[in-house]
Amino acid sequence: MSGHSNYVPKTGFERWLDARLPVARLAYDSLIDFPTPKNLNYWYTFGGILALCLGIQLATGIVLAMHYVPHVDYAFASIERIMRDVNYGWLIRYMHSNGASMFFIAVYAHMFRGLYYGSYKAPRELLWILGCVIYLLMMATAFMGYVLPWGQMSFHGAVVITNLFGALPIIGESITTWLWGGFAVDNATLNRFFSLHYLMPFMIAGVVILHVWALHVTGNNNPTGVHVQSKADTVPFHPYYTVKDGFAIAVFMLMFAAFVFFSPNALGHPDNYIPANPLVTPAHIVPEWYFLPFYAILRAVPDKLMGVLLMFGAIAVLFILPWLDTSRVRSLRYRPTTRMYFFIFVVACFVLGFCGGKLPDEHVIPGLKTFQLIDADLNSMVWLSRFATAYYFAYFLIVLPVMGLSEAPLDQPKSISEPVLSPSAALPAGAAASPEKRG
Amino acid sequence: MAGANPENGAGGDDPSRRDFIHIAAGAAAAGAAVTIAWPLVDQMNPAGDTLALASVEFDLTKVELGQSVTIKWRGKPLFIRHRTGAEIAAAIKDDNAPMRDPQTDEVRHKPGKAEWLVLIGTCTHLGCVPTFGGGDYKGWFCPCHGSHYDTSGRIRKGPAPTNLAVPEYAFVSDTMVKVG
Repeated sequence: MSGHSNYVPKTGFERWLDARLPVARLAYDSLIDFPTPKNLNYWYTFGGILALCLGIQLATGIVLAMHYVPHVDYAFASIERIMRDVNYGWLIRYMHSNGASMFFIAVYAHMFRGLYYGSYKAPRELLWILGCVIYLLMMATAFMGYVLPWGQMSFHGAVVITNLFGALPIIGESITTWLWGGFAVDNATLNRFFSLHYLMPFMIAGVVILHVWALHVTGNNNPTGVHVQSKADTVPFHPYYTVKDGFAIAVFMLMFAAFVFFSPNALGHPDNYIPANPLVTPAHIVPEWYFLPFYAILRAVPDKLMGVLLMFGAIAVLFILPWLDTSRVRSLRYRPTTRMYFFIFVVACFVLGFCGGKLPDEHVIPGLKTFQLIDADLNSMVWLSRFATAYYFAYFLIVLPVMGLSEAPLDQPKSISEPVLSPSAALPAGAAASPEKRG
Repeated sequence: MAGANPENGAGGDDPSRRDFIHIAAGAAAAGAAVTIAWPLVDQMNPAGDTLALASVEFDLTKVELGQSVTIKWRGKPLFIRHRTGAEIAAAIKDDNAPMRDPQTDEVRHKPGKAEWLVLIGTCTHLGCVPTFGGGDYKGWFCPCHGSHYDTSGRIRKGPAPTNLAVPEYAFVSDTMVKVG
């Protein structure tokens, strides 16, 4: 898929440039002529959407940094000044704060897509791991960014997350002091978080380059999970996928704009409009929505160290996923039993997100008192999170290893075009007769 | 090591001398890297002025019986609670109850000063500030992850691993404490 280039320099300048720094050739090979499987569906458009999200966060963030003051006495006021006095400051800040949520919506869709179609399996293990690195950097960046407005949720969120490292035996306390630069979250902490929040998006951009590079070595996976066999299986990236990605981006931007202009605070928490007060913790402290599933895992365990380890483990398990799934079939299209477990996994993730936003002792079914199981009522968020947490880990550590060995997969097509081009071949219901001619 | 060296034996050189130069140069470079890296790591630890703000004095006459006052010490909240007889009795009654971090009430206050409880006001789970009067043990309750502390600040239920910490402090007079 890579190595061969069809770029032909047309003008004298292009020939001159191509002999010295072949950037035009690189752009042509990766964005115009790049052979792409012709059956990619809309789940495959989130990569392009994510690139745009990163661009928006960088552009708006650099502008916000021109007005923001990273000091405990001025941070909150400087944000309010951006909102009220800076020209279009409200727009740029709402784009940045909602942009973070949009970024996570897209990244979760992108990750579920990869899980469903087996995009993490050989030969794309490194591509997947680089994606996990980007996700980890995104979480660190989003967390530090949320601290910067120095509201109540910012402050106490920072306290809780930095204290996670205090759970480590022996070195825990030294690490939290080192992270804080003092004995509590304070000005030193705010300063370094600002510095790192500015740095990390550029680190993300660097890993994105590696991610795209790895993608262009192995080529795209596709909904059948079957390797590209010949030129008949592919179409050039431009215009087929530039247009398809472009349409998806337009629809995504519609949702983005709806949040920015009509309910810019819907995804935030009102307590963050109260200036930080180290002496009072808000009665109900929650992270941003995109961290809620991990927060629920943390709270599911009544032991501090175990809770922290399990929470980090929920992300660590993604890194070894390529070696946990033992199946030779990539796409869950041809693995009906595993597919059923996958949809339960998606539900479990949403359940964890739901539990993470509630108080641990709150009833799941209001008013129904069942019985005390060990340390909490069975009808409580904490028990629901425990069941969902157990399933989350079981999916990776039991279902995928076992199903790969025990499940008899359905017949896969011999190539991407086979079910389309030979009428005798069994057609899956609803398959596009000629996908390159449909959007 | 020496076998992989292409110059091995050539010109009658002792191969171990070349190896020695490689190892010595590598070690010097690694040592230099560490000495440069350490200042970059250590700059994040508390600075001199942060360390200097380490102690605070507080006048206890400001706290009525049954009340508590929260002051800031080293950037963290500090609870100074004037306990009622009922609270002290409840704490002593539970001295032998099963606890995650067993401590008697007596060791958590200064001798003969059972009415004064001085605690670092951060939950030992993840550092939120517990509120007084809630929870199953009528002491402190942490709203973040549901840790219940009793009237002695001992952990009784929930995820926190240890009792609310008692800072280093001393009575400088009958009505004045110095923390830190």
